[in-house]
Amino acid sequence: MTLIQLLEGPLWKGSAAIFVVFGIWRLAVILFTGRTRAKAKPAGSPFVGSVRTILGHFLPGAAIRGHGKTWFVTLAGYSFHIGLFALLLFAAPHVTFIRDKILGVGWAPLPRWGFIVAAEFAFAGLLALWVRRFVDPVVRLISRPDDHIAAGLTFVVMLTGCMALGQQSVFLRGLHLGLVEIWLVYFPFSSLMHTFTWPLSRGLTGAMAGRRGTRM
Amino acid sequence: MTDQNLPKSARNFDVQRNLPDEVRLANAMDGFVAEFGPTAASYMNACVRCGLCAEACHFYLATDDPKYTPIHKIKPFEEAYNRTSGPFAWLNKMLGRAPKLSIEELEQWEELIYDSCNMCGRCTLACPMGIDIAELVKEARHGMFAAGLLPDRLMHLVTKAEEFDSPFGTPEDFRTTVRQIEKEFGVSMPMDKEKADVLMTLTPEALENHHFGIATMARVLNHLGLDWTYCSDAFEATNFGYLSGDLELQGELTVRLINKAKAIGASTLIIPECGHAWGAARWEAAKWYGAPIEGLRIRHIIEVLAEAVEAGKLKCTPVNESVTFHDPCQQIRRGGLERMPRVLLKALGMELHELDPHGVEGFCCGGGGGVLANERAEPLRLKAFELKKQAVEASGAKHFVTSCNICELTMSKDIEAIGWDKQIESVIDLIGTHMITDEPPLKSPAGKAGGARKKSGTPATGKTKRKRPAKKK
Repeated sequence: MTLIQLLEGPLWKGSAAIFVVFGIWRLAVILFTGRTRAKAKPAGSPFVGSVRTILGHFLPGAAIRGHGKTWFVTLAGYSFHIGLFALLLFAAPHVTFIRDKILGVGWAPLPRWGFIVAAEFAFAGLLALWVRRFVDPVVRLISRPDDHIAAGLTFVVMLTGCMALGQQSVFLRGLHLGLVEIWLVYFPFSSLMHTFTWPLSRGLTGAMAGRRGTRM
Repeated sequence: MTDQNLPKSARNFDVQRNLPDEVRLANAMDGFVAEFGPTAASYMNACVRCGLCAEACHFYLATDDPKYTPIHKIKPFEEAYNRTSGPFAWLNKMLGRAPKLSIEELEQWEELIYDSCNMCGRCTLACPMGIDIAELVKEARHGMFAAGLLPDRLMHLVTKAEEFDSPFGTPEDFRTTVRQIEKEFGVSMPMDKEKADVLMTLTPEALENHHFGIATMARVLNHLGLDWTYCSDAFEATNFGYLSGDLELQGELTVRLINKAKAIGASTLIIPECGHAWGAARWEAAKWYGAPIEGLRIRHIIEVLAEAVEAGKLKCTPVNESVTFHDPCQQIRRGGLERMPRVLLKALGMELHELDPHGVEGFCCGGGGGVLANERAEPLRLKAFELKKQAVEASGAKHFVTSCNICELTMSKDIEAIGWDKQIESVIDLIGTHMITDEPPLKSPAGKAGGARKKSGTPATGKTKRKRPAKKK
């Protein structure tokens, strides 16, 4: 078995399994933590509160809209995430990979110019947020090694993905796939899990606020 | 020599109880996760370290010091949680990764957990993940209390609450004080009725410093024709267990109020102006009672008054002056009462100039969450108050009003400390003073709104020692 066959076969399946199993484990532990305690009679709807907070926090709260840092983080965050998801779901090699290895169906990929635009947004956003971790005193203080590892891994995955776009080089394709597999293994144990935990934290805060007849 | 052995003036933390360091550390962790449920667990697994919470915190904004970043305040607990209780704690144990938490770290964090957080929850509005950091700080306080690491002043109040029925004093002290107020102001205050429809509670702050406020509240309740009473063995609204992190005391104080209200057949338990008292009773009582509280409504005094205004039972002579309103965080942002004080100000015929920011976005007074009682926090609190002062001045309003007597006391102390020519008033006092009623007028010469608060605003001095009632199991 060649290295690329190993990367496309057992290592891919193994890393995907770790991603799925430990990701579900982490979510399950969160959901089943502690015991159910009696709650106060609601003054409003926990469900409505939950939906409001889940949707409302897509934009910065009015409490901090006047601050420049708020808009820097928001714009860089959207730039990175939208660019990343465009690459993840619509880059031509990814569409082929998803069709052949995961879902069995594909969809129209991004044209090359679309890939380049998405990559530029993703890199600009990621680098802006990552550099901020070093230069902003607040974020420098609160950043953990995990935050840098997660950003670094995502960066090299994106970089090697761009390098392998043409699919002319098996080495580059293998390098990208290997890094993706490391990223998948690291994912459930890291802050990358915010991909799945954000609706929980927003929703539970919103439910609390809704129950109290307020909004947060 | 560890920091703990330094002279008190050279360190920024207090230590209670003689415990070995390893016991303190274990207690801190156990206490931190003692009340954890899915909500707190989701918070611990969602933060992306964006730092936006700092932009919402009045202590950070007033100082520009990164250590006041809200999520930073729980850092030692977060790391220990991940290694001992989090989803992959078992993996950490297998790999032999012990918690890194040290006693020195906990000692240094005492200031961040008690002095520089009001648990006001403004940071939650800023968090893209919607993490309610105030809730995590509350959990951290459970750990710090269990570790014997909290401000001495707060511990003093907890001890008073444990020794007596209230930090204010015994039932006898309470009865004596209420009778004095009754006599001084000429207002009837029912006491220890065997049966009543409404159990009214008070705060030690008001009992010590704001008798006029107590008299006006009683006068309004009498005007509304409510069948109400104080109970000398269940009068304390403020929950120092909630503020300090003493879970056992929190449960005991809460259940005492509920049981008493049920014993006298009350359909309503009224919480006075205090903000955290509202949160502890209205939103957490069922947890401690162990079941949904049936047949008893827990209501805030401003809710009761606003409802009376809207039902046409309470009318006021118009004040016809401008007013700005400080939104108490535990009543408004975390309490769901945003509309109520505005109904009352409208009933008073006052022209409301809203603060910027106001409502759920409003800044905390800086004294809630036990910070006011924690005297060593005063310099930081005064810096944070500058934000409020600027907003009040920008409003251009004549009156500066609030609906929480801890906010009122905090800001009256701050106003005095910085020599600002402004007075903070209570909306309840204004209602009590201006309502149209057949009730006899208050006798006190200090019968103008907000004019009767004593200058020394330190709550809680028990007078007659009383044996502590048996704790619930």
